[in-house]
Amino acid sequence: MTISVSLGRSIRLALTAAVLGIAPLHAETIKVTIDNFTFAPAEVTVKVGDTVTWTNHDDIPHTVVSAGKYRSKTLDTDDSFSFTFVSRGDYKYFCSLHPHMTGMVKVE
Amino acid sequence: MSFDDHDERGLSRRRVLECMTWAGTGVLWTLSGGVPRSLGLIDAAQAAEQQASGLTFLQISDSHVGFDKPANPNAIGTLEEAVNRIKAMPKKPAFMIHTGDISHLSKAAEFDDADRIISQTRLDVHYVPGEHDFLDEDVKLYKERYGKGTRGAGWYSFDANGVHFIGLVNVVDLKAGGLGNLGAEQLAWLEQDLKGRSKSTPIVVFAHIPLWTVYPQWGWGTEDGGRALDVLKGFGSVTVLNGHIHQVMQKVEGNVTFHTARSTAFPQPAPGTAPSPGPMKVEDAKLRSLLGIASIDFKVGVERLAIIDTPLAG
Repeated sequence: MTISVSLGRSIRLALTAAVLGIAPLHAETIKVTIDNFTFAPAEVTVKVGDTVTWTNHDDIPHTVVSAGKYRSKTLDTDDSFSFTFVSRGDYKYFCSLHPHMTGMVKVE
Repeated sequence: MSFDDHDERGLSRRRVLECMTWAGTGVLWTLSGGVPRSLGLIDAAQAAEQQASGLTFLQISDSHVGFDKPANPNAIGTLEEAVNRIKAMPKKPAFMIHTGDISHLSKAAEFDDADRIISQTRLDVHYVPGEHDFLDEDVKLYKERYGKGTRGAGWYSFDANGVHFIGLVNVVDLKAGGLGNLGAEQLAWLEQDLKGRSKSTPIVVFAHIPLWTVYPQWGWGTEDGGRALDVLKGFGSVTVLNGHIHQVMQKVEGNVTFHTARSTAFPQPAPGTAPSPGPMKVEDAKLRSLLGIASIDFKVGVERLAIIDTPLAG
């Protein structure tokens, strides 16, 4: 009885999360570093609700910009920016100061 | 022309011109009879003679005020050294151009410090922005301070002694995977600005990122720079002055001379010689030999250019 109730709740929660795009409880944080004007890893695959955190280790500021989706402030050395992905899709992004720096977040 | 060709030629010319090295910190330009030439500070007498009959101006670049990382913990100090050398010039230049990255992070205090130091030259300064000058949240500080009388993101033109100067902005609205960007609006303005102008008018174009493709792998070039050059092609004497890459590069193509100046803040590696274009840490004793700038000497009818190294020291 107890089990089925809590199971039912979990399912309802999961459904709510899926419908409203709310982060599920198991959401993870995936790290992307910026070293030598390069996003590493250049491509990450995450799940809906996961958060990606970019940290700049260069002596030069960078940004993380996905046109129309998200845009970090200027990240000076050791600054970080996080974004939580609530819907599926391919999110190409780049550094608006050094546009040859590009990356991709695939949200499944 | 490939970078290698360019570098090889540049090096050999530098060797030839070793005796002409001057301990300056900006490019000293002089215009005599409408023909731009550059002069070293060491040739003070010659400079004085030229200035009697022509126009002389300076170029500094990439001050990065606020930068305090290992490559140069005191970028303010080296800017002050540059300014002191300008102040010590025997004859005052007409004005100065600054080819961007005045500040490192577009903080008001950084712009304040830059202005306080650069104003000590007592020269009019014509600025164009670098990407480091547009980093404040509202992207307004550069425009407020330096954008008076400019269009768009800060482009403009002016005339001095029969020479037409054009300051361009190629650091905004950059596209993913691309290089520097001028944009359609600015290109249309440029075309309009040059319309009806005599083809014998010497043109000096200055912008932060090189208008020519230096090394696209590091973003060192301007996506639509070629379109600007198409508009400039018909003019008899075109000089393109840039910064951004913190080292001297030079190229001549037809009537167009391209030149990049050194930074007063920190050196960057030669294309492809390091994992990234980031600030290059060198021995303390060597730093001032890589800061400052270089000058160009060019004359109508003379194909070969002189590249003159102009370090802060050494």
